[in-house]
Amino acid sequence: MAYLIHLAILISIYAILGLSLNLVVGYTGLLSGAQAAFYGLGAYVTALLLVNSGWNFFLAMLVGILATGFIAVLVGLVLSKFDGDYYALASLGFGVILYSVFLNWQNVTNGPLGIPGIPRPNFFGFTFADNFSFLLLALVFVAIVYFVSRFIVRSSFGRILKAIREDEKAIQIFGYKTIYYKLTIFVAGAMMAAVAGSLYAAYITYIDPSTFVVNESIFIVAIIILGGLASLRGSLIGAVFLVLLPEFLRFVGFPDEVAAQMRQAMYGLLLVLLMLYRPQGLVGEYKL
Amino acid sequence: MNILETKNLDKHFGGVAAIDQLSISIEKGKITGIVGPNGSGKTTLVNVLSGFFPMSGGVVIFNGVELQKISAPEVASYGVTRTFQEVRLFNQMPVLDNILIALTERNVVGALFKKHNALHLARAEELLRKVNLWEKRHEMAGNLSYGQRKLLEIARALAMNAEIYLFDEPFAGLFPEMTKIVVAVLKELRAEGKTSVLIEHNMDLVRELSDHVIVMDGGELLAEGKPHEVLAEKKVIEAYLGE
Repeated sequence: MAYLIHLAILISIYAILGLSLNLVVGYTGLLSGAQAAFYGLGAYVTALLLVNSGWNFFLAMLVGILATGFIAVLVGLVLSKFDGDYYALASLGFGVILYSVFLNWQNVTNGPLGIPGIPRPNFFGFTFADNFSFLLLALVFVAIVYFVSRFIVRSSFGRILKAIREDEKAIQIFGYKTIYYKLTIFVAGAMMAAVAGSLYAAYITYIDPSTFVVNESIFIVAIIILGGLASLRGSLIGAVFLVLLPEFLRFVGFPDEVAAQMRQAMYGLLLVLLMLYRPQGLVGEYKL
Repeated sequence: MNILETKNLDKHFGGVAAIDQLSISIEKGKITGIVGPNGSGKTTLVNVLSGFFPMSGGVVIFNGVELQKISAPEVASYGVTRTFQEVRLFNQMPVLDNILIALTERNVVGALFKKHNALHLARAEELLRKVNLWEKRHEMAGNLSYGQRKLLEIARALAMNAEIYLFDEPFAGLFPEMTKIVVAVLKELRAEGKTSVLIEHNMDLVRELSDHVIVMDGGELLAEGKPHEVLAEKKVIEAYLGE
């Protein structure tokens, strides 16, 4: 049971990351590779405030979200100069820069040794010390992020995001200054990723830079492509699928000496097959 | 009265002058046909006027406002809208949303808190019925036939309620029934006092619809005047058919 609760918490964290990135990639068509960096930023700010200053988790999380939003404005302003493949590459570049900061700003982040001893959240005297209560807390945040995302995509704003994805130049003819929409959703997505980072830090109680590498951004992109671009449900389903798939492969019964490699290969093969036969993702409406 | 003018307008691509010192005037409330052989700069002109391409020199005057630089998002504020030679719809969005996007809130914060109201829906219905696409309102725009997509793009332009419409080959690839719809749209706009710039290769339609015709060749003004007179000029015929 403890194992299942652990997986459910991981799914919740990745569901938030998937929702946050789907707003940027699926709805707006901006292939961002910086999501893991914002995830990390939220985690580091929260962890530092909890460990060094003894702040309350929820206050630390709020500051983490705001700090990430501020950095995302700066990054987004630079990225607004790019589109298409160049956007993807430049955003990956920012991901690498932030990772390097986590790794090398040793006085603050403790470098590769990371930050241990992060306390679990406390809410008016109640500590989310056991994993089941933490899962409930994580689900509350999944619900909040989901409903905020749904509010955005169902508004005129959401329709404009889709139009930007379809043909940014054409929508400008109708008087839309698309840079503001792109920047707003990029920052909103980054702030949501910071929520996931705060939860991750408090759940694992330890963070180090290796969690927030570019590979993690690629994993989040895989979640939304597999689940379905421009689909909030797809983000949730993608997170469930990609977190559980390697776990199921543990029970396939590969010989011990090649089990790990076979699981990796199977995992990759299943992703390729899914993309071949279901390019719009499991429940998506939009094809790249 | 002129609603749109260009003075010594230039558009260069590297060393190639797609538009070369072009000075033209478009009269308010009329349909002005722009014709010329392929590569004469007609579409480039529309792209410059709508801010798609930056101009290399000269000025554009919209309603008396002189501009040396035009950005696409500002074009709407001068009362200008356009269609495209190659249809540019929001293909993976429903037909209705393609229209609503031209009707609803432009402000970022406002757009978050409003979707569309009954007035927007009524206007969208009116426009889609005008081009016989109301029944297709829930279909993805990309699933429509070429002609239907062309009509949807025209309806989307109409949703802007602009003063100046730049139509880039709106009749290309249309069935006769669809052509009649677009002809009716253009005549209706003229009756409402709106200005249309019509780029077209079908000379019968140009003669039927245009109050004034501008002929371009090699990015320059070759001739202009009444359609029947201009299209009969020897140099215009030569430009189309060769020496």
